[in-house]
Amino acid sequence: MEALFFNASTGFLEGIVRGYKTGILTQSQYTNLTQCETLEDFRMQLSSTDYGNFLANEPLPLSTSTIADKATQVLVDQFNYLRSNAVEPLSKFLEYMTYGYMIDNVVLLITGTLHERDTHELLERCHPLGVFDTMPALCVATNVEELYRSVLVETPLAPYFRDCISASDLDDLNIEIIRNTVYKAYLEDFYAFCSSVGGPTSQVMHSILSFEADRRTINITINSLNTDLAKEQRAKLFPAIGRLYPAGNNALAKADDVDTVRQVCEYVPEYRSFLDASSNTQNGDSYGGDGSAAAALEDKFFAEEVRLNKNAFLQQFQYGVFYSYVKLKEQEIRSITWIAECIAQNAKDRIHDYIPIF
Amino acid sequence: MSGSGARESPFPTRMALTNTKIRLKGAQTGHSLLAKKRDALTTRFRAILRKVDEAKRKMGRVMQLASFSLAEVTYATGDISYLVQEQAKNATLKVKARQDNVSGVVLPVFEVDRTTGSDFNLTGLGRGGQQVLKSKEVYAKAAETLVELASLQTAFMILDEVIRVTNRRVNAIEHVIIPKLENTVKYILSELDEMDREEFFRLKKVQGKKKRDAEAAAALLAGKATTEEAPVETVAEDDEGEGGGDLLSSRDEDVIF
Repeated sequence: MEALFFNASTGFLEGIVRGYKTGILTQSQYTNLTQCETLEDFRMQLSSTDYGNFLANEPLPLSTSTIADKATQVLVDQFNYLRSNAVEPLSKFLEYMTYGYMIDNVVLLITGTLHERDTHELLERCHPLGVFDTMPALCVATNVEELYRSVLVETPLAPYFRDCISASDLDDLNIEIIRNTVYKAYLEDFYAFCSSVGGPTSQVMHSILSFEADRRTINITINSLNTDLAKEQRAKLFPAIGRLYPAGNNALAKADDVDTVRQVCEYVPEYRSFLDASSNTQNGDSYGGDGSAAAALEDKFFAEEVRLNKNAFLQQFQYGVFYSYVKLKEQEIRSITWIAECIAQNAKDRIHDYIPIF
Repeated sequence: MSGSGARESPFPTRMALTNTKIRLKGAQTGHSLLAKKRDALTTRFRAILRKVDEAKRKMGRVMQLASFSLAEVTYATGDISYLVQEQAKNATLKVKARQDNVSGVVLPVFEVDRTTGSDFNLTGLGRGGQQVLKSKEVYAKAAETLVELASLQTAFMILDEVIRVTNRRVNAIEHVIIPKLENTVKYILSELDEMDREEFFRLKKVQGKKKRDAEAAAALLAGKATTEEAPVETVAEDDEGEGGGDLLSSRDEDVIF
């Protein structure tokens, strides 16, 4: 039924997004970009793409962070256009998308406020997609109790914080644990919301969000292997969704080494290759292999994410395209920044390690 | 000779000569010692120069690796600088300084003391934690290289200064002090010789005067002797003795040398 009325409210925006999607850089454009000698050439090449002259007013010399910032700004402008034209329930969906960035921003503000840093500097560092009106109010808080209260009152993230974290936790827990706890709650809530929308949206979004959840679970496990993070605490950070849940999550919570993680990944065909290849390189040399294995794993996650997000465009009359477009665009910005970084640092041998989208 | 070149102007006595000779000896000993020190320092300096060169090249490579690993972190997790800044509580890298002695020159040597802290181990927990750890490791290595380079560079500067000072001293002793002392010795010797000759001449003069007086006295006596026979013989005897060795005989009495 939703297909019948979809275009009445969202057809225009879906058209816009699919239009935006064709502006995503293609393989041949990436090839041109990788052949640039300097960042000025790089800017020239980008100006012939959908980015246009977004770097035109930047003073020379260009820095890679400026390129990343400006590219993000292009994405943010597009997103804000979509958002201002959206109606329920798409507007709610888009709002959910911003929560992920909001969590990062709020965590950043909490860290900064607890250490009494300059608030203006903090606000500048926030991700523009996660900005909300009452965000500066968080900086006013002077102690932990007050901060917790203002997070509950002022931010849209209140439910996640209320359920997961108490005021005393803000002070005691490592900020990364807070972030991941809140993010877990957010993922589960988003998942539930997508189910409530139903239809192809839930289908598409479930596969993407499941992957996102599994990726977090695997990453948290691997990254906490040799740290002082307790296993019970680790288990609490795992989202209760995803294809590894519940059996895989339980096994991962008890994992002591990468081999266990690999065994768990065996259960899911798509994940099977992730750790296989990395284990081969790991046997090669002790430390450097470990680092490159992790890097390879990260790259495979990115590649899989791109694949899933591309699949989202195969279905019509659903909201997944909006999510996928933002994610693909983010990956593109990462790739652009990577190429720019390689050009700036003259590391041509690694320049092809980006993830092409089309 | 004493006129050419700088010299001190002591009162030319034998005592001054002895003193100057002792000082000349001292200057020569000092010169050879300083020259040895200079050679030792130069050897060390060359070694350090080579190491500095190596360390600088190494630093170039390591820093490039380090900033590239940071780029990898940015690729995987985005900007984590702020979180890392906030969560770093203890310094994991500490620099300790101790002193090293190279032929009397005190050189500071810096050493890295690394405590494996876990201040931001959990950074990038959800994404890119491995890259963060790798980057941390690479930067720690880069910092170690920097510290090594710093201690080499400081030693390099100090040694350079010391070598220059030593060189200046060696050259000063070789080209100024030693010639000056030599000149002084020569001057004193020539003055003493001069005084000898003067003395000799004076004595001669005295002798001449004495002789003349004696002759006058003899003539007077001879005048008297024309009246008396006996005294003439004694005078004649005196003349023969004086004509042969009047100087030699008188020298023994008055002149010391």
